[in-house]
Amino acid sequence: MTATVPNPTAAGQPPAPTAPTEAASLAPLASLAPRAAERLNPAAPAPGLPKAPGSMSIRDVSCYYGSHLAVADVSLEIPGRAVTAFIGPSGCGKSTLLRAINRMHEVIPGARAEGTIALDGADLYSKGVDPVAVRSKVGMVFQKPNPFPAMSIKDNVLAGLIIRGAKPRAAAADELVERCLVRAHLWEEVKDRLKKSGDSLSGGQQQRLCIARAIAVQPDVVLMDEPCSALDPISTLAIEELMRDLARDYTVVVVTHNMAQANRISDITAFFSLARAGEPGRLVEAGLTADIFSAPKVTATRDYIDGRFG
Amino acid sequence: MTATLTRQAPQHAPDAAATLAASTPSWSRRAKNRAASAAVVAAVALTAVPLALVIWAAVERGSARLDLTLFTHSMRGVVGQGGGLLHALTGTLIITGATAIISIPLGLAAAIYLTEYAGGNKLAAITRRAVDIMVSIPSIVAGLAAYALFSLILGPGTRSGLAGAVALAMIMIPVVVRSSEEVLRLVPADLREAGLALGSPRWRVIRKIVLPTALPGLTAGAVLGVARVIGETAPLLLVAGFTDAMNYNLADGRMATLPVFIYTQWSSKGLDTAAYDQRAWAGALVLMAVVVVLQLAARALPPQIAKLRRNR
Ligand SMILES: Nc1ncnc2c1ncn2[C@@H]1O[C@H](COP(=O)(O)OP(=O)(O)OP(=O)(O)O)[C@@H](O)[C@H]1O
Ligand SMILES: [Mg+2]
Repeated sequence: MTATVPNPTAAGQPPAPTAPTEAASLAPLASLAPRAAERLNPAAPAPGLPKAPGSMSIRDVSCYYGSHLAVADVSLEIPGRAVTAFIGPSGCGKSTLLRAINRMHEVIPGARAEGTIALDGADLYSKGVDPVAVRSKVGMVFQKPNPFPAMSIKDNVLAGLIIRGAKPRAAAADELVERCLVRAHLWEEVKDRLKKSGDSLSGGQQQRLCIARAIAVQPDVVLMDEPCSALDPISTLAIEELMRDLARDYTVVVVTHNMAQANRISDITAFFSLARAGEPGRLVEAGLTADIFSAPKVTATRDYIDGRFG
Repeated sequence: MTATLTRQAPQHAPDAAATLAASTPSWSRRAKNRAASAAVVAAVALTAVPLALVIWAAVERGSARLDLTLFTHSMRGVVGQGGGLLHALTGTLIITGATAIISIPLGLAAAIYLTEYAGGNKLAAITRRAVDIMVSIPSIVAGLAAYALFSLILGPGTRSGLAGAVALAMIMIPVVVRSSEEVLRLVPADLREAGLALGSPRWRVIRKIVLPTALPGLTAGAVLGVARVIGETAPLLLVAGFTDAMNYNLADGRMATLPVFIYTQWSSKGLDTAAYDQRAWAGALVLMAVVVVLQLAARALPPQIAKLRRNR
């Protein structure tokens, strides 16, 4: 099943100035959704027009755990510099597909993926591609905030570089830490205690620290698996705001069980489902979030969004 | 506890009060309870008695020779009064240090292999079984094995501190493997995933994330491993032998150690038996103090391990 999605870069509009104004990014979230829809002109872009950088193309992807087929035949376009939400019932393979995107799926013993996933046209699954390199281009934020307990807040931000043995010099490191923490909307809260352990932060702050850590290695894409499900409503709001803001520079893909959240923050929504437990999960439909929520083409989507899922 | 409940209950629910009153333990049940508690307390006390006895005996008989000479002199040329255990203390530190240097890297490497790489493969199963068997090898057998090994290489009958360290390593390695494996398993899997997802190879994630996170626990395990072997006597008696003099060279000749010092002072007394007895007990006191210090050091680290357990 293939679901094509219009490219967010509107025809006739240069690709770069998709970023909202500073004022708009501070506006309440309610006002963000329509703006997002506006930004993504549903009219198909003229063929050959450059896509926004960081766009991904998933083709015929199937994911296995050993011999168990967990996700079958997904084809989906993920626009660059936009938020794409994966929704669907538990067990339909959202996390599995998300992890396949940065080749974290294969880390699990016996797990493998088939098909192609391209980032800006380059297949991440072609022979000779180093999964380690893929993961530095496609970052990931997990459900449970997981700062490294043996590292300070500052070193957590630098963790990607420290692990690779490429910690920058003091001044450059300070600058990078500040930039990433500002970007993750955390700087003001932690600038006076950068040497403290990441454990000393609240859950929501820890999650923003994890986001800062993910963007410090300069990925094109940031994947988030239910990043708010372990957080309180206020922290959730902060992360939602951050996700919208991140979409100015990164392609954001987020898995969520929260319909209102998907509606608020995403430009594109992809709905996955499975026939029954044990069957593989499949993509049911994908499109502009406004369309999926107001006029889904498939009744299963409507039932799920309305909470009538059996 | 029960009494408080019955008194308070009527204000809220008279029925419940009645039930509670009815369920107040009968006299015989309370008696049984008391008897059981008393038995437990007695058992604990009985366990503590030998410990108290050992400490008392060592302090009582050993403190007579707990003087400066004890720590500044060897037994070279000493017959009767005087002399010290400097040569044995030095030997113990050197041999145990060498044991740690052999055992910690090997044991940690095996533990890293088991937790981070092996999964459930056959080699892992064999390694685990081998560790299980090594744990239960009698220490004298480890001594004999080291003796045989060094006899093969350097000719029959050679004795050295190094041979002693190898014998002790056979005892310490499985201890380190087990404790390290347990601690590494406490490091949450999502930290490893987060490290991998930042785009770094697995071995770097292990080095920069997993090991630093587990460090307090790994250290505690290593210290307990040292505490375990520092009092070993039989294998050292066999392969490190005994001397009255200082020997700083691991590779060459017999090297005295505290346990063997205690044994020889006790077993081959000269004419002035009291002097030998006192030295043996003073040696025991010093050895016990070293072990206690090691135990306390290992105990000082666990708050961090407990934190790992909580965060899991
Ligand atoms: N480590 C694993 N080993 C084997 N099977 C797995 C593993 N992880 C997930 N699965 C299976 O793959 C299927 C998809 O799981 P996945 O976690 O991707 O679902 P999900 O849509 O993310 O669900 P949720 O909304 O509950 O997070 C399920 O049938 C699940 O049992
Ligand atoms: Mg999931």
